Amino acid sequence: MADTRQIRSRKGPVTYLLRTFVIAYLAVLVVWPLYEVTARTFAPLERGAASGIGPFLERLQDPSVTYAFGLTATCAFWAVVINTVFGVGISLLLVRYQFPGRRILSVLVDLPMSVSPVVVGLALVLAYSSGKGWFGGALEAAGVFIIGSTPGMIMATAFVSLPLVIREVVPVLEEIGTDAELAASSLGADGWQIFRRITLPSIKWAVVYGVVLSLARSLGEFGAVKIVSPGAAFRGETATLLIQNRYSNYEEPTAYAAAFVLVLASVLALVVVSLIRKEDRS
Amino acid sequence: MTDTLVAPPGPARSTRRSSGLFRLTPTSGVGLGAALVWFSVLVLLPLAAVVGAAAAGGWGSFWNTLTDAQTFAALRLTVVEAALVTVANAVIGTIVAWVLVRDQFFGKRILDVVIDIPFALPTIVAGLVLLTLYGPESPVGINIVNTRQGIFLALLFVTLPFVVRTVQPVLLELDADVEEAAASLGASRATTFRRIILPSLVPAIAAGSSLGFARAISEFGSLVLISGNTPYETEVASLKILKFIEGDNQAGAAAVAVLLLLVAIVTIVALDLIARRVARRG
Repeated sequence: MADTRQIRSRKGPVTYLLRTFVIAYLAVLVVWPLYEVTARTFAPLERGAASGIGPFLERLQDPSVTYAFGLTATCAFWAVVINTVFGVGISLLLVRYQFPGRRILSVLVDLPMSVSPVVVGLALVLAYSSGKGWFGGALEAAGVFIIGSTPGMIMATAFVSLPLVIREVVPVLEEIGTDAELAASSLGADGWQIFRRITLPSIKWAVVYGVVLSLARSLGEFGAVKIVSPGAAFRGETATLLIQNRYSNYEEPTAYAAAFVLVLASVLALVVVSLIRKEDRS
Repeated sequence: MTDTLVAPPGPARSTRRSSGLFRLTPTSGVGLGAALVWFSVLVLLPLAAVVGAAAAGGWGSFWNTLTDAQTFAALRLTVVEAALVTVANAVIGTIVAWVLVRDQFFGKRILDVVIDIPFALPTIVAGLVLLTLYGPESPVGINIVNTRQGIFLALLFVTLPFVVRTVQPVLLELDADVEEAAASLGASRATTFRRIILPSLVPAIAAGSSLGFARAISEFGSLVLISGNTPYETEVASLKILKFIEGDNQAGAAAVAVLLLLVAIVTIVALDLIARRVARRG
């Protein structure tokens, strides 16, 4: 550590040049645009109009906006619940059990993150839409409509955030090993007891971390949802779709207000994640 | 990123393979079955449907779709822009990581958080955020809407963290002794960087770049508001897919989608192999 500090303390013109460049780059690319969004969110609509928190909240209380955020919350909630149960379950299976195809499965579960959101939407349409999907006809006969309704949007959201819990839980499960679990088992604990008393406490923070990441990703999903949703006001319009629709429709103040809420949510997620990391380390 | 899931480091898995892994019990067997059914329904069948739809018209129609002048222009633009952004990120990302690790100044921790913001922001919000500073009502008089520079900027924004976050930990772990030795033998700082530091960073830079490239190829949300979607000029592959879907041309959409899937997978695998080779050579 002392050595690196020595190197660090040698500051030439290059050091200051690089520092200035990095600060300027991040300012121009990220910080300044973020500041502009905030400024416009709270700016008065026209000269002399009220500015600040009041009009901002008023825009958010528009029924179509509350509907959009409600729908986003519903989709995100179910996607996160599904991904958490599935993620913890499949992580346990992948790390603890031996079965044919285990390696292939462990590769495949990471795939959804690298697929373009548009392709995710298209894939769900081609599988389940009642007109063109592989299983659309059978589902329609059973009276189930997935594409163009909330279940399809929940599936799209769950698809794109699927690996996030698994990515966090698998390394922890591998690190803790099976000693404690085997000991509990030899003392007569059954599978559920072992999971609840031994495994769950040790993967707790990894699960929470994965849940926060999934939630952040789910709240902001746009591309996949856009393809499977009808996307009109009060009909499948989530918060992200609302932002696009309003912006394209020259209703920028509402778009900015909704965007600002999502910016706040993502910054909050970042803060929570860094707090969890600290907690986990101690 | 894939590595941690696919092949966890350390001997833990290989030595425990036979003894520590449990055989499937009836309960875990049912769990595995349920997980596989859900994974197939959500991910595997829909992706198979995309490949199926692309292959439905045979090789000839797949080829015709992709070589159609307008589609080909979109694909070429996507690859060129993604490549440009990847090169820019390889250089800038390394510099940012360098400054964050080696430099010491007031506000550095804030910059460290700023790096993560593009990841945390919903993509549509990222597009909107950039438009507030570089859009039609830009306070600095720059309008990037419907330009290739706009696409470049949006991709630069969403891929910012990849190289930084892969290079940063490697730079932190770097042994200072070697640098000291090089310096004491009379190497200039530039030589030390080129001969000592850079070679150990190359695998990390390659890994980060490959992830960034794959993301840039498939990016959708942040481009929706920025790219004007003009054929031959500013239309990228993901937006071309959307246009195909909206025009009810499922086969066309699937053909481009399959290509996107393929490019992303090939890039990740190829650059991963390069990174491994470099790492082995030391």
